[in-house]
Amino acid sequence: MRIRKLAFVLTAGVLGLAPAKAQEQVEVLHWWTAGGEAAALSVLKDNLAKQGVTWKDMPVAGGSGVQAMTALRARVTAGTPPTAAQLLGFNLRDWGSQGFAANLDDVAKANDWEKLVPEPLKAFSKDAGHWVAVPVNIHSTNWLWINKAALDKAGLQPPKTLDEFIAMLDAFKAQGITALAHGGSPWQDTTLWEAVVLSIGGMDFYKKAVLQLDPAALKSDKMRKAFDTMTKLRGYFDKGFSGRDWNLSTAMVIKGEAGAQEMGDWAKGEFIGAKKVPDQDFVCIRFPGTQGNVLFNADQFMMFKLGAKDIPAQHKMAAAVLDTSFQIAFNKVKGSAPARLGVSDAEFDACGKKGIKDVAEAMAAGTMVGSLAHGYAQPDSIKNAFFDVVTQHLNGQLTTDQALTRLPAAIAAAK
Amino acid sequence: MSAVPLTDPAGGSSSSRAERLRHALPKLVLAPSFALVLVFVYGFILWTIYLSFTPSRMLPVYQLIGFDAYQRLWSQPNWYVALQNLAIFGSLYLLLCTAIGLTLAILLDQRIRFEGVLRPIFLYPMALSFIVTGTAWQWFLNPTLGLGRTMQALGWPTWAPVRWLGWENAQFDWLVNTETAIYTVVIAGVWQASGFVMAMFLAGLRGIDGEIIKAAEIDGASSFTIYRRIIIPLLRPVFLSVFIVLAHMAIKSYDLVKALTGGGPGNATELPSTFMYSFTYERSQMAVGAASAVIMLMTITAIIVPYLYSELRERRG
Repeated sequence: MRIRKLAFVLTAGVLGLAPAKAQEQVEVLHWWTAGGEAAALSVLKDNLAKQGVTWKDMPVAGGSGVQAMTALRARVTAGTPPTAAQLLGFNLRDWGSQGFAANLDDVAKANDWEKLVPEPLKAFSKDAGHWVAVPVNIHSTNWLWINKAALDKAGLQPPKTLDEFIAMLDAFKAQGITALAHGGSPWQDTTLWEAVVLSIGGMDFYKKAVLQLDPAALKSDKMRKAFDTMTKLRGYFDKGFSGRDWNLSTAMVIKGEAGAQEMGDWAKGEFIGAKKVPDQDFVCIRFPGTQGNVLFNADQFMMFKLGAKDIPAQHKMAAAVLDTSFQIAFNKVKGSAPARLGVSDAEFDACGKKGIKDVAEAMAAGTMVGSLAHGYAQPDSIKNAFFDVVTQHLNGQLTTDQALTRLPAAIAAAK
Repeated sequence: MSAVPLTDPAGGSSSSRAERLRHALPKLVLAPSFALVLVFVYGFILWTIYLSFTPSRMLPVYQLIGFDAYQRLWSQPNWYVALQNLAIFGSLYLLLCTAIGLTLAILLDQRIRFEGVLRPIFLYPMALSFIVTGTAWQWFLNPTLGLGRTMQALGWPTWAPVRWLGWENAQFDWLVNTETAIYTVVIAGVWQASGFVMAMFLAGLRGIDGEIIKAAEIDGASSFTIYRRIIIPLLRPVFLSVFIVLAHMAIKSYDLVKALTGGGPGNATELPSTFMYSFTYERSQMAVGAASAVIMLMTITAIIVPYLYSELRERRG
């Protein structure tokens, strides 16, 4: 106790201007640092500011959130967790099961989350039947972003099948632009790969291979074709793709230096940020051959166990995240669909409307499943086993034959 | 100062207390840093070793289960890639840095003009962090941003000098090629450390007794012979220091790879250090990460201990 008091006095002394009355504050760890994302977040900050809660940002750059997870681990291990942290999929389960999570059941009950939050998300927002996290949005990864001018120049319609997709890429190549913008990093490679697997094998195959890790599916002809398609697609990348950030690849499509990019719907934020209009400057479609299926990942704010004085602010933030006005404002900018059912799509643009409609349809049909590349299909260790094989194959370190034998072995070793 | 106590045994005066304080002062001043090193270096080494024998995944657990993590480590294809890359990177880095550093030092030692200007120029890269070096070289070697693009802008779509050597369609795309990416790490590393190695050799050269050289000159030895037979053998301790400094930098090098290639393309530039980070923090396989750290520690120990041994023996002798 005495040490804590001393620490307080010291901190106050250092700060010099300790506020007379302690203000409510939330500290939020996230990796929304790209242009559109940062803008989207300010909506939530403003919302909370109106309720007298100050927002302390703890951004950790890095598209896949890996760096953020390391920072979070350090904070939690040191016994000073943030109020909330942006987490994905199985990471939510991992943290939940470690006993660091706050119990949000009261807020959930008061706001009727049980009814409002879609079932596939709820599976990750709860730990042992208790609410521990609030979903912010529903992203999906099987999208294709096309530069409209390039598409018109080629005189083509948006592709519906893989073959049409390849034909379109050939046309882009003929125009002298980079046909397919891609950033080479394991998570981006796997984002492309999972869309290709879904396109070639369909939803049942995706479930079998990626969710159930069925060895027969992992070695099947469909999987062979998926890997061969990846090799083919690599021929449409530019030379500098390796190690590039996803938003730089999106910028290439925006500027017309590249024809298309396969990327999650967060890419839309970049288009909007560059003042581009859907269907006029760019086209958003489901990755060819995956219409009707949604590979989702949802950003969720996991709430951590805090001292009694910090809980009111935490609860205010939890409620604010699922607030309708925030859900609309935020997801409009971010490119994702609201994480709350029954939100009107009136204010969304064409891509947003399509995203919301796709999610609703896929949820009804049972074809909304977790994205592997974004942690909603497998825990970290197995996810990374996939990453290894996919990225090594795409970069020519493994042949398709080797990839097909390496994949089940790597998964078995990671279990 | 004499080791015999100067205090008057009967007195116990204030001068004796001051004297005792004076004796204790170095120990008192050293004690905090000693304690910090003890805990934060050796303590954590022991902690890491302990973790490598546990089933730790996302967060540490403290149940001992034996060599499981080591078995998993040695069954990882990535670990072999990392070791192979360390062998390539480490040996080339050592060799090239030493060769370039020594050559520069010998040339600078010819009492040329502007030495005062040239020395800091060569030494300067060492003042940059590996992150800066890596980022700068990443831009420079990137085929769509740096050298490759410049060549194209100059009207050399293929790299002219290389093509002149009979290598048609050669492009400088080492950075994005899985076969060659590890060599770009060598290039950046050598660029950074050569100047430092030069400085070490230069100091060594300046420390050599001029009389020996003069004697050799009188005997009619050419300057090449003087360097080969007299000066370079005399630099043996400097070679040893250079080796130690470079070897441990090679083994722990992490930031350079991260900034330059991010470990890619694929995992073509994975090193044990990036492997350790990835398994500990990204893949929730903390025990395997700890095991790889222990292997790295053992490698460094294998280099440092013989060095310390030889150093201490020389002092004594």
